[in-house]
Amino acid sequence: MSTQDYGVTEPVFTPKPDLPPPASTVGVIGWVRNNLVPDWFNGAMTVVALLALYMVIPPIVNWALFDAHFVGDSRKACKPNVQIVRDKVATKGIMPDGTTLDVETTADRIVVPEGVIPNVRWERKMVEGVVRAKGREYAKVVVEKDVIIEGACWVFVGVRFDQFIYGFYPKEERWRPTVVIGIGLLLIIYMLTDGMPHRGRVAMFLLIPFPVIAFFMFSGGVLGMPHVDNAKWGGLVLTIIISSVAITGALPLGVALALGRRSQMPIIRWFCVLVIEFFRSVPMITILFMALVVLPLFLPPGTTFDQLLRVLIGVTIFIAAYTAEVVRGGLQALPKGQYEAADALGLGYWKMMRLIILPQALRIMIPAIVSLFIGIFKDTTLVQIVGLNDLLTMVQLAVTDAQWIGLSKEGYFFCGFVFFVFCFSMSRYSMYLERKLHTGH
Amino acid sequence: MSATDTDIDVDVDQSRMKISDEIAIQITGMHKWYGSFHVLKDINLTVNQGERIVVCGPSGSGKSTLIRCINRLEEHQQGQILVDNVELTNDLKNIDTVRREVGMVFQHFNLFPHLTVLENCTLAPIWVRKMPKAEAEEIGMRFLETVRIPEQADKFPGQLSGGQQQRVAIARSLCMNPRIMLFDEPTSALDPEMIKEVLEVMIHLAEEGMTMICVTHEMGFARKVANRVIFMDAGEIVEQNEPEEFFNNPKSDRTQLFLSQILSH
Repeated sequence: MSTQDYGVTEPVFTPKPDLPPPASTVGVIGWVRNNLVPDWFNGAMTVVALLALYMVIPPIVNWALFDAHFVGDSRKACKPNVQIVRDKVATKGIMPDGTTLDVETTADRIVVPEGVIPNVRWERKMVEGVVRAKGREYAKVVVEKDVIIEGACWVFVGVRFDQFIYGFYPKEERWRPTVVIGIGLLLIIYMLTDGMPHRGRVAMFLLIPFPVIAFFMFSGGVLGMPHVDNAKWGGLVLTIIISSVAITGALPLGVALALGRRSQMPIIRWFCVLVIEFFRSVPMITILFMALVVLPLFLPPGTTFDQLLRVLIGVTIFIAAYTAEVVRGGLQALPKGQYEAADALGLGYWKMMRLIILPQALRIMIPAIVSLFIGIFKDTTLVQIVGLNDLLTMVQLAVTDAQWIGLSKEGYFFCGFVFFVFCFSMSRYSMYLERKLHTGH
Repeated sequence: MSATDTDIDVDVDQSRMKISDEIAIQITGMHKWYGSFHVLKDINLTVNQGERIVVCGPSGSGKSTLIRCINRLEEHQQGQILVDNVELTNDLKNIDTVRREVGMVFQHFNLFPHLTVLENCTLAPIWVRKMPKAEAEEIGMRFLETVRIPEQADKFPGQLSGGQQQRVAIARSLCMNPRIMLFDEPTSALDPEMIKEVLEVMIHLAEEGMTMICVTHEMGFARKVANRVIFMDAGEIVEQNEPEEFFNNPKSDRTQLFLSQILSH
């Protein structure tokens, strides 16, 4: 013990009490101070950003909701029910040399027919125009004009909705994909909900028997359900089929490729490296064309090989190659000690992988894997170039329909919205998982 | 190097520490290389059942590599290693047999962070020994009591202190009912306050008659528990002797230098 006096007077150590943090750093005020106006520059940026939002958001919301037409079964429902009358207006025109003179011009005026509730809004705008005066000279005029505010015509989407969802699947049989996808979604939600009993069994059911059942439901030809050729499958249903098959197939295949790439056995390792590197270095469009053109070359002549199946195989291997690299990253991120501890307990390779390594590696990799899956969900739109009618293709077909020409905005907006809903939910789920695993242990 | 000499004020009960004639580990003429680097040179070592051996030496002397060769975490290129009369070769079956009989405790615990403490303990008995879950849990709880943390059974390793984690790691190894325990610097990553609790568990194990090989810088532990201390340098066993002789009367000048450095303060 030192004899030096350090000025310690209390013989017993009592910890100081916990104090709350200063009021200006917490709560609403603290948040605003820290995030919106920490200094004058960032405060100015906040103002600019708010202005930009004000300029962008209200017109979109007005177009999509408040000025939009929802009810009806033909394009007529979206036509304005007011009359546009061209009025003659006397006004002053400004000549190029600066002199003014009286001119006569026309301006649109909205007239509401008696007994009609207008289905559009309009506004009176100052519109600049040119009139011919004194023979060949032109005078500038400014007149007030009524302009109809454009709104979305969701009637179009409503009328074409079934086709967007089901493609050319026969009308009377559409309950089949509805049932399959509905049950599939419910089971997925069940499987992903914490604390539900038998989640593992549900997952196994989804992985093995469910795709078979789904295939027979879609394709028919059994139990009195008429056969529906898969050339008729389309729309959102096809998008979901391709992405879910690709995802469920790519995950195990990707894990296998990743393990193979880290294998001690050279032939397995080289093979996996070859597959991974090849599929990663080629654009997906090329893969799709190859699945269409090259794959049949490897098959015995005379075998007919379904087009959709070929695309599914191509897309699955493509995604599996990416998944493999993500999983490999997860395997490498695990400390070497985990492998050693498992080895020292005598678990052996497969049990070690299954019980120790993969559960941890996949957890680390969830965000990366989900973003891969979001990517593949969007990339399914590429299948249209090999002639499959996914959601985007169905929308494109609809907007080029003469009856609905000029409504591409509505079509693409709807398409984007559907993709957004799917991708955003996947993204939120992965964020939720990330948070959960962060606090878990 | 952390030259430590933690005070262990427990009396070691020597009554059950019996060294039998049965040979547990026999290493003859063993060499190991990392690439072209010669890590272990002509190692000859015989360990009888019930022996408690402390391996010490400067860092990079090959002590960890030596004990990691005993359960084949490292592969040797020349010579022979027999563990319980099973020779370690590339034969995976032999390796698994040996690993089932040899427990290992690591410097950084290496618990499985995604499993609870109890699951860490029951994993190997259930999957390697094919033990029913209930029985494995009973054994797991028994060894968690041995290491004095049964109340932490349902926690995850990340929620425990370093000393507690290391004790769980010891319990996890014991659940496999090993005949030999290897300790690879089990206290080097621990705060001084926690070293003691781990050493006490190790002493308890020694009292039960476990065959132990322990790489450590804890010279107090070596004095009280070991029946033989091995000093390694540059990949060779320089000297081995009973602790009393080893510390008081080291023969080689290299051992003298090492001891003077670590025991000087």
